[in-house]
Amino acid sequence: MAKDVTHLPGFTTISMTVFAALYLPIVILVVYSFNSGEDLAHWEGIGLQWFTKAWANDQVKDATIRSLWLAAVAAVISTAVATMAALGTTRRGRFKGQTFIYVMINQPLMVPEIVTAVALLIFFAWFKVNLGYQGMGYLVLAHSAFCIPFAYLPIRARLESMDLTLETAAADLYATPWATFRRVTLPLLLPGILAGMMLAFVTSLDDVVITVFVKSAGQDTLPTYMLGQIRRQVSTEVYAISTMLLGLTVVLLVVFMALTRKKD
Amino acid sequence: MNQTIAISAQNVIKAFGQGDHAVRALDDVSLDIRKGEFFTLLGPSGCGKTTLLRLIAGFEMPSGGTILLDGADITTLPPNKRPVNTVFQSYALFPHLTVAQNVAFGLEMLGKSKSEVTARVAEMLALVKLEPLAHRKTSQLSGGQQQRVALARALAPQPKVLLLDEPLSALDLKLRKEMQIELKRLQTETGITFVFVTHDQEEALTMSDRIGVMSAGHLQQVGSPKEIYTRPKNRFVASFIGETNFLGATRDPMGYRLDCGIVVQAPAAQADRVTLTIRPEQLRLVPEAEGDIPAKITNLVYFGTDTHCHMSLPDGTEVTARLQSPSDGESGLQIGQGIGLRFVPGALQVLEE
Repeated sequence: MAKDVTHLPGFTTISMTVFAALYLPIVILVVYSFNSGEDLAHWEGIGLQWFTKAWANDQVKDATIRSLWLAAVAAVISTAVATMAALGTTRRGRFKGQTFIYVMINQPLMVPEIVTAVALLIFFAWFKVNLGYQGMGYLVLAHSAFCIPFAYLPIRARLESMDLTLETAAADLYATPWATFRRVTLPLLLPGILAGMMLAFVTSLDDVVITVFVKSAGQDTLPTYMLGQIRRQVSTEVYAISTMLLGLTVVLLVVFMALTRKKD
Repeated sequence: MNQTIAISAQNVIKAFGQGDHAVRALDDVSLDIRKGEFFTLLGPSGCGKTTLLRLIAGFEMPSGGTILLDGADITTLPPNKRPVNTVFQSYALFPHLTVAQNVAFGLEMLGKSKSEVTARVAEMLALVKLEPLAHRKTSQLSGGQQQRVALARALAPQPKVLLLDEPLSALDLKLRKEMQIELKRLQTETGITFVFVTHDQEEALTMSDRIGVMSAGHLQQVGSPKEIYTRPKNRFVASFIGETNFLGATRDPMGYRLDCGIVVQAPAAQADRVTLTIRPEQLRLVPEAEGDIPAKITNLVYFGTDTHCHMSLPDGTEVTARLQSPSDGESGLQIGQGIGLRFVPGALQVLEE
């Protein structure tokens, strides 16, 4: 029997090290967020005081609501755009410039985020000065844009694995193109769309760089608020917020995996 | 317009690709399919039979020519506007719908009332004997059951023509035989015109009222199974349908002179140089002295009910005879033995080439 890579010497050691590097800091973070003492590095017992403190903080509440709201709106917009893009790139056979279109759609994954951030800062500054509008519109636009590839990838994967004959069969059975989309393509695509929406949501929720450059005064999201806090003084409150964010992300990822799992 | 014609393809051309690289999948095909008949398009893969089916369904548009349905031009109609339904090779059942919902799909798209849809779905499920499985998801069904759902779904809207694209190829042999009988029963009971595509000559011969044999984008011959088998028009049809022996011959005042020098009788033809064909079961073996042609046995292959006897003629031409195996299994023939060949009267066919 041929030996696979898992039988190479040191395989177990290396993989354990990698997993430790990935998860040990998170475990420590979660544990210390339940620390009852004031000191960041000194364990004094289990307590929920940092969670209640964070919850009572109006700034935290404000940033949380803004973050969730922004992520939800950006997820919906980017998923709608990504769905159309995925249909356009998979439902018409190969065409000239297809690879170019893929690269264009996935651009936010490849261009350094800081470049996009600076570009948006300059671009939006012009509007802010000339229109006088300072609202959340800029953040919504920016987040919707960079979330598109995250929504696009699972939707496209789902479309590519879908049997095209099903759509032909629907047309054969008197379904108009719109009825075919609504009755056959969309229901089969739905798990991909939900998965894409969730990835977009998490991506928006997590963003710092673009948000910092684009936001106006008083538009802190949870990550930028935490960044601001840490600059002044590292507080265990930040641990508690991180733990809550982690919890939310884990829930979303579990749902994502359940949706994208291949059915037997 | 002749009212007995369901589908009429006139000078249909379908080219794939552009310019010099264009390939003609169908090259000027004209064909009439009669109302209520079981018509089979038969040919090897790549002969254009599925392309012709897809043109009738409207999944592709022809590069030239016209397709009529009941005398009306449907050449450019989209598939959802044609009263024609298809049973796909992969069945293409909707995985998110139940059996009953699959069967109801076409009826709902036609805007039938709820009570009408329910009644028709029940009727169709009874027709294909799937009532107990009405509320199952299609992924929980066996291949044969999926096949029945596909049939019920395509028959439910009462199409003028039912198109079947190699629907039996995914089934095992036993199930395939059952479904052949089942398909023929459905066709007789519904009276709907069936256009069936297959590469399996036996399937074509057993089920069809008429067969269209296709090769390389051309329709080679159209006729009843018997006509196609007994009077093949050319070498392709003769060799594709069943087994046959080819004998080179030249016209002679007395009939045709075979390449081995013996003169035989066969229907008159224009050309001087022809190929004569005869089926293996139309050759009789007699003692060497009593035969029309002397031959030498080169091989004997036992097939149970039949024995195939391979022989060579004096000029080296190879021929095969199919003999019924004697009840004791002993034919008394031996490899290397000389034997006399006799043709069943009228069995020799002439191919002009």
